[in-house]
Amino acid sequence: MTALPLVESKGRRRAAPTDLWSHALWLTGTGVFAFIYLPLLVVILYAFHDANIVAWPFHPFTLRWFGTLVHDRGMVDAAGASLKLALLATGLALAVGVPGAFVLDRFEFPGKAAFERLVLLPLILPGVITGVALLTFFSFVGLSLSSGFPLVPGWPVVLGHGAALTSVVVTQVYARLRRFDRVLEEASLDLYASAWQTFWYVTLPVIRPAVLGSALLVFTLSLDEIAVTFFLVGRQNTIPLQIWGLLRRGITPEVNAAATVVFAVSVVVIVIWARLLREDR
Amino acid sequence: MSATRSPRRYGRLLFAALPIGWVTVLLLLPYLFLFAHSFFRLVDGQLTHQLTLENYGRLFGTALYPNTILFSAGIAARVTLASLCLAYPLAYLLAFKVRRHKNLLYMAVIIPLWVSYLVRAYAWKIILGQEGVLNGFLMSVGIIREPLAVLLYSKWAVMLALVHIYTPFTLMPIYAVLEAIPPALKEASTDLYASRWQTFRHVVLPLSLPGVVAGCTFAFVLSMGDFIAPILLGGNDSALMVSNLVVSLFGVAFNWPLGAAVSVVMLTMTVTLLTMARKLEDRWGGGPAGRRLDAPTTGGMGRGALHA
Repeated sequence: MTALPLVESKGRRRAAPTDLWSHALWLTGTGVFAFIYLPLLVVILYAFHDANIVAWPFHPFTLRWFGTLVHDRGMVDAAGASLKLALLATGLALAVGVPGAFVLDRFEFPGKAAFERLVLLPLILPGVITGVALLTFFSFVGLSLSSGFPLVPGWPVVLGHGAALTSVVVTQVYARLRRFDRVLEEASLDLYASAWQTFWYVTLPVIRPAVLGSALLVFTLSLDEIAVTFFLVGRQNTIPLQIWGLLRRGITPEVNAAATVVFAVSVVVIVIWARLLREDR
Repeated sequence: MSATRSPRRYGRLLFAALPIGWVTVLLLLPYLFLFAHSFFRLVDGQLTHQLTLENYGRLFGTALYPNTILFSAGIAARVTLASLCLAYPLAYLLAFKVRRHKNLLYMAVIIPLWVSYLVRAYAWKIILGQEGVLNGFLMSVGIIREPLAVLLYSKWAVMLALVHIYTPFTLMPIYAVLEAIPPALKEASTDLYASRWQTFRHVVLPLSLPGVVAGCTFAFVLSMGDFIAPILLGGNDSALMVSNLVVSLFGVAFNWPLGAAVSVVMLTMTVTLLTMARKLEDRWGGGPAGRRLDAPTTGGMGRGALHA
């Protein structure tokens, strides 16, 4: 490509890249960035579209679709169900995932490798497979999809989200535990702290950002989950399924308004998560 | 001493029993049930527990099923390749060239991963439609006179949306491996009179291969298993991918055994692919000893990344 560079000082080499390849790289990178974000911006822009169908040209600006959204009974119920579902799933995933991370970090038992792979499987498997697997299981044991309604959106979907998302907690907390120097725990025990005190005052503060962060992730992921939910949902739709229903009836900017709200909530949660992660470093 | 130890032991057992029991009941059993269902026989629309190989016979004997699986794999392969071509340069740029706001930019790239998957597929519907943004824009600047009907409802639309959805996914592990390359290695290569191309070819690229493998595995498996994009954006030739078969066999046709058989084929393909990817990563990435669960491997899934 380029001629062999002479031995240069680092400062000069840094100033140098104004050549074709650097330009091409910057151009490509910016293009990819635009490719990722432009479609999302279009969706958000059309939430403020002052016309009844989503079409070119864009008519600025109205907030009425957010009003439609707030008064849409189905959407409000779905939002309630989604929130409940996300909270329950987060609770379950934490209750199981944190001990799960400790088990991976500190226990040896036959089948541990299988346990590890199984926990992670829902992350990489297409959601549809996990969804139908849970569906066959719940139908076999006779747990109705609407059981627990209206207290919960249905036990199968709650358990399904919990099971599929436990992996997120396990990966995050386990990763943190591996970086943790257990000498600290030994020191605490040597100083006559009980096992509980050691956990509470030594271990927990270390893993807290990972635990909180994974809780936030599980929450947003549950809020947006569609494949597993699709098979397990009972009488009450969740937000993504409600949006899905709207989409099939024809597109109004109400869909965009709903999408914008979901988008905003997710971004806020993810930004908090990123903050936690940074504090942890 | 021993008096305090034995209750502790029970405590430890109980502590371990919770996650292990949970995973057994809510993951292992369901996957096994799915497997079992693929051998059950449907008599007059009723599920029976008689074992049969009929479902697999029908699956492989009816052109629809193998064709759809191959079609989905073909789509997924092209989506993977395109995602890689887009993700690698951006990952490279972020890892080596961007100096200010690097973490912020990286976060910005991967935020869409956690943001409504449905919305990302839907975005393309309003962009590519007959009266969509792209047609409107092209007409208003005078490039075309009539709206192009071919944009939406085609396999190109499906692939475009899937590339859009899975590019950040592919980027994440690639960025993580590039980030981990010590700058001293690149400097050493330059000091030894390697050209920039040689440095890339012989230093950066080999070290980034585990990330490439992980990213491509995610993109392939998840885009092959996608069922939203084909319904929203696919045309006559492309509204049906393998997950759509599963959805309609379970949801509409109530032929659970056949649906389970299709799922088991998908599951088998996925697990085979994952195993191969792990082997490759081990070969290129210094073996299992070098692997951490939060490392960007198919085993560790990056930082809790997830399909939407």
